[in-house]
Amino acid sequence: MSATLPPPRLLPSGDSAITVEFSRNIDDAANQRVLALDRLLARDTIAGITETVPTYRSLLVHYDPEVIGFDALSAKLVALALRPVPPTATTRRWRIPVVYGGEHGIDLEDVARALGATPDEIVARHVAGHYRVAMIGFTPGWSYLSGLDPSLHMPRRQNPRLLTPAGTVSIGGVQTGVQCLAGPSGWHLLGRTPVRTYQLHRDPIFLLEPGDAVTFAAIDAKTFDEQDRAAEHGEIVAELIAA
Amino acid sequence: MTKLVIAAIGPASSVQDGGRHGAQRYGLTPSGAMDRLALAIANVLVGNAPLAAAIEIGPFGAAFTACGGAVRVALAGASRLADVAGRAAVCDTSMTVADGETLTLGFARAGSFSYLAIEGGIAGEPMFGSLAVNARAGLGSPYPRPLRAGDELPTVAASGAAELRIDLPAMTDAPIRVLMGPQDDEFGDAEKQRFLDSEWKISATSDRMGYRLEGPVIKHLYGHNIVSDGTVNGSIQVPGNGAPIVLMPDRGTSGGYPKIATVISADLGRFAQLPAGKPFRFKAVGMAEAQAEVKRSAELLRTLPDRLRPIENFDLNIEALHDANVAGAAVSAVDAETWHAPSADAPGC
Repeated sequence: MSATLPPPRLLPSGDSAITVEFSRNIDDAANQRVLALDRLLARDTIAGITETVPTYRSLLVHYDPEVIGFDALSAKLVALALRPVPPTATTRRWRIPVVYGGEHGIDLEDVARALGATPDEIVARHVAGHYRVAMIGFTPGWSYLSGLDPSLHMPRRQNPRLLTPAGTVSIGGVQTGVQCLAGPSGWHLLGRTPVRTYQLHRDPIFLLEPGDAVTFAAIDAKTFDEQDRAAEHGEIVAELIAA
Repeated sequence: MTKLVIAAIGPASSVQDGGRHGAQRYGLTPSGAMDRLALAIANVLVGNAPLAAAIEIGPFGAAFTACGGAVRVALAGASRLADVAGRAAVCDTSMTVADGETLTLGFARAGSFSYLAIEGGIAGEPMFGSLAVNARAGLGSPYPRPLRAGDELPTVAASGAAELRIDLPAMTDAPIRVLMGPQDDEFGDAEKQRFLDSEWKISATSDRMGYRLEGPVIKHLYGHNIVSDGTVNGSIQVPGNGAPIVLMPDRGTSGGYPKIATVISADLGRFAQLPAGKPFRFKAVGMAEAQAEVKRSAELLRTLPDRLRPIENFDLNIEALHDANVAGAAVSAVDAETWHAPSADAPGC
């Protein structure tokens, strides 16, 4: 990226955090800049920064105002955000098994109907995608992926479900994602993965990092059951295909 | 082994500390005490680190029994009636519960959360450096969930140290201060003014994730969906129905509603203590004032040990009671009935 990049907007999120906003929209280039600034800050720490939280379009920077004030930190962040994006030395690439449809993906048929395709075609398109972890948020391990095939874009459900299963793989709007814990969701449920993106007492506790590359592989229900049991005992059933 | 056994406890009570930090990028929220200053006061009174784990007690009553030895504790935060085996107990002092005795607490009378710190702390297994309960993520120790009757908190036997009280600056009843943003540009000037000029109440459906506000409807300029971005403690989201929600320590780490303003750090504990239904107002301040207040709060927290005083006689207890009343903006702690009552009738805390 060149030095002619537009500067980010710096928005105060209270007295101890700054939102560095690169775009108001879901925008791949903006997400790349978010992740690049996050990497820069991990490499060249600024005294006073306590934690960074990348999202689709902004980096939330938590800091200690006893160490650095809003204006001083803003100036440093703008300068860093305008630096050329450092190349990622390594991108981890994960293949995540998913059982699609049936009881594991109760919305697959409805999605197919709404998009004028067969369930198999929907699965084929979803499996063909090359995704990037754009952000992890909301609840532990909930991984939002960018790179969804535009033919799979569809509005979220009118009535969000109060409880969707752990491991659900779903689509909503222009996004797809893997949720770890059972919880509410307004997205369309395509399938389930046995992979735990968050698991206590396992090393690592969190499997995915923002910026990781992800592809999906379709598995059958029997394989899901086997891998689910293995995962419950701490096995990482996702495949790391490049690092 | 010495332990404090929960004889009775209401909902919204859990082990909390300064929270777990560093994993918000993975969707793990910090959790931690709703009122950090009150947590620190309770801890400092029994010689613990200010943000050590203690019992956060919701608005309902509770009872704790010392087992296997005497347990020295201190109570701070919301004002409530309290007694140890029939002896009067007051907020903002340390006290020793003898083996087999029970500390009984009434409902919160002013404020919402009290903190019961135990000398020597609570023994548990920290995760990400914290014992704080985050029930949704299955985190927290000794129990990864709110406390229930019958739970046992392992600790150490009372040291026998002299009991202490603490001199605290008077707390204010002033408006809750906010910094506007980060998405105040999603609201027109009239709506921002409505937010700042109106009287608000906290809804009874509030919890450790968020406080829902009752008041006028706040309308968005461009609709209520934004692309999710990060949240902080005190973020004030405005969802589609126009009723703001203030995000609290168990919040989601990201959210997709515009955030009109953010409660300043120094006022978060005071805001958390506002009881449901009590009217309050917001006031916008600038960054300079908010960050000066961060420093002032941190300084108060650091110097709490300098404010400890010995308890020499009952008069001092009465004084502490009076201070506690001013500090907690209690309405009835100086009620004659409360502190002229015989001690068996659970005098004020």
